[in-house]
Amino acid sequence: MKNNRLILAFSILGGLVLLFIIAPLLGMFLSTSGVEIIETIKDTEVTNSIWLTIWTSMLGTIIFALGCIPLAYVISRKEFILKRLIVGIINLPIVIPHSAAGIALLSVLSRNTIAGRFAEGFGFGFVGTSAGIMLAMAFVSIPYLLTAAIDGFNTVPVKLEKAAMNLGASPIRTFFSITLPLAWRPILSGLIMMWARGMSEFGAVIIIAYHPMTTPVMIFERFNSFGLQYARPVAVLFIVICLIFFIALRLFSKNKIDARN
Amino acid sequence: MLEIKNISKSYPNFCLKDISFIVEKGDYFVLLGGSGTGKSILLEIIAGNTKATDGKIILNNKDISSEKIQKRNIAFVYQDQALFPHLTVFDNIAFSLRQKKINSSEIKKLVLKLSCTVDVENLLSRKPGTLSGGEAQRVALARALATSPECLLLDEPLSNVDTQLRFELRGLLRKINRQGQTIIHVTHDYEEAISLANKIAVIEHGSVVQTGTPEDIFLYPKSEFIANFIGIKNFYKGKLLPSENDSGLKTFKTSGVLIFVATEESKDDGFLLIPAENVVISNSFSENSSRNIFKGKINDIFPAKIGIEVVVDIGVKITSIVSKESAEKLALEKGKEIWISFKALSVKYIAA
Repeated sequence: MKNNRLILAFSILGGLVLLFIIAPLLGMFLSTSGVEIIETIKDTEVTNSIWLTIWTSMLGTIIFALGCIPLAYVISRKEFILKRLIVGIINLPIVIPHSAAGIALLSVLSRNTIAGRFAEGFGFGFVGTSAGIMLAMAFVSIPYLLTAAIDGFNTVPVKLEKAAMNLGASPIRTFFSITLPLAWRPILSGLIMMWARGMSEFGAVIIIAYHPMTTPVMIFERFNSFGLQYARPVAVLFIVICLIFFIALRLFSKNKIDARN
Repeated sequence: MLEIKNISKSYPNFCLKDISFIVEKGDYFVLLGGSGTGKSILLEIIAGNTKATDGKIILNNKDISSEKIQKRNIAFVYQDQALFPHLTVFDNIAFSLRQKKINSSEIKKLVLKLSCTVDVENLLSRKPGTLSGGEAQRVALARALATSPECLLLDEPLSNVDTQLRFELRGLLRKINRQGQTIIHVTHDYEEAISLANKIAVIEHGSVVQTGTPEDIFLYPKSEFIANFIGIKNFYKGKLLPSENDSGLKTFKTSGVLIFVATEESKDDGFLLIPAENVVISNSFSENSSRNIFKGKINDIFPAKIGIEVVVDIGVKITSIVSKESAEKLALEKGKEIWISFKALSVKYIAA
C-alpha cells in the first residue's frame, strides 16, 4: 500500500513535468488556425528557410560523422594519456552558452582568419553563408553524436573483434563487418540527435549568419518585427516537419537497424 | 608442429612463467589446470590476442610470435563461442571464406559441408541468439574449421553444456581430430582430458608442471598438486569388452585382469577409474554384493593425508584407503595376502 502511494506521488510529480512540456506546445498548436498554416506553407521565404535548416544540419551531421565515428571508436577502444581531457573537450559545446560558441567560431572563421582566407581562396566563405550555418550547427551538436557513438562502441565486446581477426579478418574488415553493424543503433540515434539539435540551433547560427535565414532565426525575426501572431505559424510548421522526420527516422532505426537478432 | 618456447607473461597479480611444450601435427593436446592457473591466457597468446612478455611461438618452423592475429592461421573457439550476433549461422560459418575471394556457390558448398560435419545444417538461417549452448558450440567449431587452421584452440569448449551433449561434443571433437586437425584444448576437467587427449600438459600457478600422455600424468603424477588435483589413485588403460547380456554390466580388460564395470558406453578403448576409498579390504574371502573380488598381496602401505594407503597387487596395482583403526584391526602389512572387493557401479569408465 505504501509502495502504491509512493508511485502515485512520483507519477503526479512526473505528470507536472510532462504537462510543463506539452502545455506550451499544445497551446501554440491550438491557437494557430489552419488558414494561417496554409498561408505559411505558401510563403516561399518560410519554406526555403525550413529546407535550408534541414539540409544544412543534415549535411553537417553527415560530414562530421566521418570524423566523429572514428574518434568515438578510438576513445572507446584505446587507453591513452589525456583521454579524460579529450572526453571533457567533446562535451564543452554543451556547457558553453551558444551565443558565446558563435563568437568563438566567428573568431576562427571570419574573413581575416586563416580558415576564412583559405575558404575565400576556393571562392566561398563562412560568414553569412550556408557553410557557416552548417559549421555553427555542427559545433553545438557534435557532442550528441560522439557520446552516443562512444556508448555504442562500448557495448560491442572486444572479444567479437578478436574472434573476427582470429578468422583472418583485417582490422578494417572487422570494423565494418562486426563493430559498426553492432554499434549502429546507438550511432544512428546519435546521428538523429545531432541533426535535430543542429536544426534547432539559434544562438551560434545568428552570430555566424543572420542571412540566409534558418527557421529558428526567422521565428525570432518575425517575433521581433511583427509579433507573436506572425512568428507562431512558422514555429508550428517547423515543429511539425521536424517531428515527421524525427519520428520516421526513429521508427526506421527501431525496426530495421536492430543488428542483434 | 607448434612449439611453445619459454613463454612468459606478467600481470600485476599473476604471471605465466617460462612455459614450453611441443604440439605435433595431428595431436590432441590438452592443457589441464584449475581455474586461474593461466591456461586461457596461454591460448590467447598462441592465437595472438595477447602478446607474451617473453618467449617464442614457432609454427611449422616459422616464428609467429610477432605475427598479426589474422595472419597466424590459428583458429580460436572461445568459451562463450563469441558468435557474431548480427549474422546468421550461415554467415558466421562463411565469415572467413568471404575474404578468400571464393565464389558464392563454392562458399555455399563449403558451409554446407562444414555444417554437416558438426550437424548444424538445419540451423543455417538462424541467428546465434536463438541457439542452445550445444548448437552454438557446434557453430563456433564449424566457423573455426572453415579457416582450415593449422591449429584449433578450444577454451573450455564443453563447460556450458549438459552431460548428454558433452558426450556428443566429445565424439565430435574426436572425429575432427581424427581427420587430422591439430587441437589444443584447455580444461579444468580431468575426465575431459583423459577422454580426448593424446598429450596433456598440467598447468599450476602459471607454470607447466608436467607434460605427457594421459597414462604418464595420471599414473605417475610428478607433484602433489597433480596427485591432489586429479585425485585418482587407480587409473587403468584397457579395452571394454562387449556385454554378454543386456544387464549393462560389461568387463574391462587391463593387463590381463578383468574388472566388471556398469556403463552404457560401448566404445572399446578407454580408461577405468576406481576411487581408492571404494576399494574394501578383508583378510578372507567373503561373499558380498561386489562383482569385483580379487586376491592380492600388499605391495606397499603408507600413511596418507587421511588414513592409510594400501597398494595391493592383483595383477595390476590397486590402491585402497582405509582408516588407521581398520589397518590395525586387519593387521595389514607389506607382503600379506588379502582380499579386495569393489562394486561394478563404483567404477568409472571413460571412453578414449
